[in-house]
Amino acid sequence: MAIALTESAEPPAQAPGLPPEISGRSPWALAGRRLWRNRVAMSALVLFLLIIVVCLAAPLYAHDIANVNPFVNNLNGTTIIDGHKVPLMQQGGGILKLGETPLGPTWHISNYFLGADQQGRDVFARVLYGGRSSLEIGVGSAVICCVIATIIALIAGYFGGLVDAILSRVMDVIWAFPVYLLAISISTVLLTESSGLSIGPLHLVATSLWLPTIIIAFIYLPYVYRPIRGHVLSVSEKEFVQAGIAQGASDLRLIFSDILPNVVSVVIVLLPLMIATTILTESALSFLSIGVQPPNASWGTIISDGQDLLYTRPWVAIAPGIMIVLTVLALNVLGDGVRDALDPRAKLRVEG
Amino acid sequence: MLPIPVKSDKSNGTRGRSRRRLAARTKAMAGVAGVAALALTAAACGSSGSSSGNQTGTTGKAGGTYTILANSAFGVADPAQNYTLEEWQLLIDTHDGLVQFKRVGGSAGTQIVPDLATSIPTPTDGGKTYLFHVRKGIKFSNGQVMKPSDFVRTFERQFTVPGPTSFYSGIVGANKCSSKGCDLTKGVVADDKAYTLTIHLTAADPEFLDKLALPFAYVVPGNTSFKLTGNSVPPGTGPYKWVSYNPNSQAVLDRNKFFHVWSADAQPAGYPDKIIEKYGQTISDEVTAVQNGQADEVFDGDVIPADRLSELNGAQYAKQVHVNALTADWYFALNTKTKPFNNVKARQAINYAADRNAYVKIGGGPSLAVPTCQILPPNFPGYKPYCPYTAGGGTTKWTGPDIAKAKALVKASGTAGMKVVVNATTDETGKALAAQMVSDLNKIGYKASTQLLNGSIQYPYIQNSNNASKWNVAYSAWYQDYPAPSDFLNVLLGCGSIHAHSDASPNIAEFCDPSIQSQMTKAETMGVTNPAGANNIWAQVDHAVTDQAPWVDMFNPKQIDFLSKRVHGYQWNPQWYILIDQQWLK
Repeated sequence: MAIALTESAEPPAQAPGLPPEISGRSPWALAGRRLWRNRVAMSALVLFLLIIVVCLAAPLYAHDIANVNPFVNNLNGTTIIDGHKVPLMQQGGGILKLGETPLGPTWHISNYFLGADQQGRDVFARVLYGGRSSLEIGVGSAVICCVIATIIALIAGYFGGLVDAILSRVMDVIWAFPVYLLAISISTVLLTESSGLSIGPLHLVATSLWLPTIIIAFIYLPYVYRPIRGHVLSVSEKEFVQAGIAQGASDLRLIFSDILPNVVSVVIVLLPLMIATTILTESALSFLSIGVQPPNASWGTIISDGQDLLYTRPWVAIAPGIMIVLTVLALNVLGDGVRDALDPRAKLRVEG
Repeated sequence: MLPIPVKSDKSNGTRGRSRRRLAARTKAMAGVAGVAALALTAAACGSSGSSSGNQTGTTGKAGGTYTILANSAFGVADPAQNYTLEEWQLLIDTHDGLVQFKRVGGSAGTQIVPDLATSIPTPTDGGKTYLFHVRKGIKFSNGQVMKPSDFVRTFERQFTVPGPTSFYSGIVGANKCSSKGCDLTKGVVADDKAYTLTIHLTAADPEFLDKLALPFAYVVPGNTSFKLTGNSVPPGTGPYKWVSYNPNSQAVLDRNKFFHVWSADAQPAGYPDKIIEKYGQTISDEVTAVQNGQADEVFDGDVIPADRLSELNGAQYAKQVHVNALTADWYFALNTKTKPFNNVKARQAINYAADRNAYVKIGGGPSLAVPTCQILPPNFPGYKPYCPYTAGGGTTKWTGPDIAKAKALVKASGTAGMKVVVNATTDETGKALAAQMVSDLNKIGYKASTQLLNGSIQYPYIQNSNNASKWNVAYSAWYQDYPAPSDFLNVLLGCGSIHAHSDASPNIAEFCDPSIQSQMTKAETMGVTNPAGANNIWAQVDHAVTDQAPWVDMFNPKQIDFLSKRVHGYQWNPQWYILIDQQWLK
């Protein structure tokens, strides 16, 4: 957006009578303009930002509007509906009185809007908090993954030879494992370690959101590494890089000043798509109880909570499901828009 | 007395009630005597408190195919190794032991009656020798005549396969047996001419007859392989025979044409012509199929999901739903080896603070779970109601948590503010129970967090002392093997049930009190000659252990059985649950 705004700034004043000066536009400015004009992509961006804002407002909702603590069991709790005191967990009827069913949606925004879950917790507040976790992990892991994969790809692609062979084979090994199998294996190992995981000075306990973030970032490394390495390889052969080498430029300079700017568009295209993928992965892992750990919530854990209530309280599973669909849809549409904007081959189509 | 752990089941109970998987865990146990076997049978003495009533006393018509739906199969089918209610419910219809639990519903179902033996012998030699007279004229389903010597191989296979328990390790010669070979000819002496079988034990065992009534001891032909038979079940002598078993699809039982009734108490003839158990559907789908009459039974180890229960409360299912109390405990073990719960005051504090009402709600509500404070379940030998950890000052019934008293105890113990890790399973029930425990702990000044593990690894994990430093409170459940107080008190809280560095150490709390242990030993010795006197001592032991608070006992669960409309003659046996072949189809 910032790029687009710069683009629309007033042209500099020029002398009368002279033909209008043709101002050069950077590829970034062009891309920003193309994206700005893509209404579908911009709508997706707005939707994504809206979801972020709503989820960030979770504490505000829980404390000031609903007055609930969505992380603490409230099995013996009650609430007031239409002047009547209603228990959050309602015992079954009939002769046998089997089971306990949580309160259903009240559709009153300040009072168990989507009802309660099996532990008597406010589902709507949990969906909002769950969104924070899902987005933090999704965005965090996608960014970490893209940054690390880009660095490795730059090193492998630029130096080539043995360095490339070793790094690429390491990535191949990670790639050889099915994504979920690898994630499940790593999560199971790390989560059972009650003392947590230590990476240098960083110490992570099992309930830390960083744990799923790092796991997810790790498993997707080769998926980001591969396309970027390809671009680095092709850019490394270009004349301007050869010219740089001939002029005695250092490796670091060549990598970061000459090659990186030419491959960063690929990373930017990949980023929203990766965020969508990592949010889905986080949800899947949390659904399997090996992602976000209690008392934290994520959309995946809430769906997992709700799967046992599908017959009687379907909203517990549907609500986070809708949030995941909207978020992933918005990110995919946005990602497509970014790709269209940055991919020169799509230039004609977008501008036309 | 079980020197090695046995059982307890953990399934991914959706609503959480029962953690019984009662199926499919045997593979994991192969080779390890007593690795966390599964939950077994339930309830003992009586307590067939079916709120919907047992349909007994009438007779029906033979014929038809009875179809059971089970979420998963029961693992390896070899009766020497399988330790699941799921297969046992079928094995009791296809095989026989020397003795058997009486095949009736209600409390009479825990009575031991002679089966392939003509009578129950009185042990001699100080309780170490049993002389059985074996019935003549009984054939296996392959036509082979059953002889006393077949039992020798049956018991030897317990050690060569090997079985998951050490139930029979007291037989003379068993200590030299291994998976490489076994010779019990001195401990199990068969006389095929006189048709007698003499079993010599190294020490008196008041529970030996109970153990003989379990399917591990059901006779198989003497030429059965010493090795695991996998999914092919050796022939038995019961009214049905195994036609096939495929863990991925179904088990099929057909009539055994060589069977005749020799004791209606031990092995009556069955009604259905065929019994089929199908695997692979979700439990919710099983409920739907039974509702639609497409199958006859939701396997009673499958926990019916909470949100299907409201349908079953409907009047139209009143005759199809049966609820029975189980002799089982759902509890949190407190790690007595590490802070803060190496301090008895801290253990008592959390017992006062635990909101058992909340746990009951997680367990399906008051109609499916009854709060408790003590180790022995109701209707069990030695049970005398006891609950010191309740508000209101009573000592027999839990009425509510007493937070003030709990806080005072925490203060007195000097453990306030300590970190506490609550270990539980990742299923909905495990999560909910752990969250509630965290909340109870935080209320009285601890800093609690959860550690959730997959149901298949959580039970071995918490048993292994290598992990003892990683948790403070661990969720578990225990279902009786057979109705004996030692099956709870000594197996779960005896000094001899602590096996360091082993996944099979059922005394999870690592609780060992020498004075209580000597009482238990006394009760076991007395049990051989004076069961009533022994039960009195067990009651004292139960209360003494409860006072020491190695557990936070939550509740005793109940069992729901759901049958199709056409099933009649439902009987609930405390040992085997539904007596499948005693039901008829109309």
